[in-house]
Amino acid sequence: MTFKRPDGRGKKELREIEAKAGIIKRANGSGYFRIGNTVAYAAVYGPRNIHPKFLQDPSKGVLRCNYNMMPFSSAGSRVRPGGNRRSKEIGLVTEKALSEVVMLTKYPNSVVDVFIELPQTDAGTRCAGISAASIALADAGIPMKDMISSVAVGKVGGEIVADLDYEEEAYDENTVDIPLAFTHRGKKVTLLQMDGKITRDELEEAIRLGSEVIDRIYEAQEKALKEKYIINSEGENHE
Amino acid sequence: MNEQKESVIRTLQQGLRYDGRKEDGFREIEIKMGSVRNAEGSATVRIGETEVIAGVKMDVETPYPDTPDEGMLMVGEEFLPMANPNFELGPPRIDAIEIARVVDRGIRESKTIDVKGLCITPKEKVWSVMIDICTINDEGNLMDASALAAMAALMNTEMPSYDGEVVDYSKKSGKKLKLREVPITVTVHNIGKNFIVDPTIEEEKSSEARLTVVTLEDGRICALQKGGEKGLSIEEIMKMVDIAGEHSKKIRELLLKNAKK
Repeated sequence: MTFKRPDGRGKKELREIEAKAGIIKRANGSGYFRIGNTVAYAAVYGPRNIHPKFLQDPSKGVLRCNYNMMPFSSAGSRVRPGGNRRSKEIGLVTEKALSEVVMLTKYPNSVVDVFIELPQTDAGTRCAGISAASIALADAGIPMKDMISSVAVGKVGGEIVADLDYEEEAYDENTVDIPLAFTHRGKKVTLLQMDGKITRDELEEAIRLGSEVIDRIYEAQEKALKEKYIINSEGENHE
Repeated sequence: MNEQKESVIRTLQQGLRYDGRKEDGFREIEIKMGSVRNAEGSATVRIGETEVIAGVKMDVETPYPDTPDEGMLMVGEEFLPMANPNFELGPPRIDAIEIARVVDRGIRESKTIDVKGLCITPKEKVWSVMIDICTINDEGNLMDASALAAMAALMNTEMPSYDGEVVDYSKKSGKKLKLREVPITVTVHNIGKNFIVDPTIEEEKSSEARLTVVTLEDGRICALQKGGEKGLSIEEIMKMVDIAGEHSKKIRELLLKNAKK
């Protein structure tokens, strides 16, 4: 018996994606990334002075990421504002997922702050946040070697599938969730986490599936960034 | 007086606003109700480039001992660091607390929510209504934008299912949260000799005195908050109340139009 995805998607099929750049005017750069019912905003401020001062690095700028779920974002009860251990850890792995491509040697002693905010969640939030953050960093003009795109893969009902929604994550106790992030060129993995039990071969299949479907995320990011800078017929910036 | 303030006052004296607005009115207001599907009620409000999201979550809790048969209301304002380079992570700043308190007061004192109607079992179980407002982009006037988003979110609220034991957020009950009033919050600023509404960030920074007025449909006022360092004469106060009352009518009309959609 084969597993049928609750929303009828194929194994490799991602949910509907919507991506935008430059939606927060006060920020130096910003991004919006929606995949299904998971929505992420990201805003970049900097390079700017870093406080507290002991965090200064005289050799390069510091990338600092903060992940936050809005109090009303969860399908369950209210999320207490101010963050918790989970959000701190996600901020950390987000930083590591993006550092591979962000070039901050020109900005010693400063910080580039990335704020990721989720108004609405339906699984895959850290991935949506990373995809939004990569748009925001590019929009802010931070030097980058490449883009980072992120998606979760996993095992549900015995099948290896891409982009799990909450219903699938909660399908049964055997569900495996693997958030991934890739560089666009070279497909280097910059985020890899997993929970659940999986064989070596299944793991390889899952990561390969991720590297295949990730181009859909990249295409949406690229389109969002290009759309922001389209010159309209009057010769003015589209902005 | 700093240079920016001088320039703001000069601009206002020429009958112009700091963002080039001609008339002394609000920037364009956009209300999108039901913008967050996981919340029981929600709304995104844009006033010009200022944008906030308000969401309502409901839960069943033990009532306060002094109001054993009344539901509970809580308002939180999150100055997300995403919205303004000067907002930082950490506990709410005093200005965010003030906005939350004033929004709370406007809703509470208007008696728009029937708190007795939110009682399930006196002394044991009552509904709590938790409104959180998050800033997306701050280009001035977060106070009025937050209050409007909170009210729009309440008007959009559908109670979750409750079987006497647990709240089931996955099932909507089909019951709308009953509201009796539509309080509208307008803040009037005094800068130099000028009285303006809906300030930009620069105007907000140059403001010498402000008065936030929450007005009901019949013209009565249900909450006030004076801010800023300058004292106001009685004539000035009444002028500000009148300005707020005028603008509140147009905003209420817009809100009710959006609620019908």
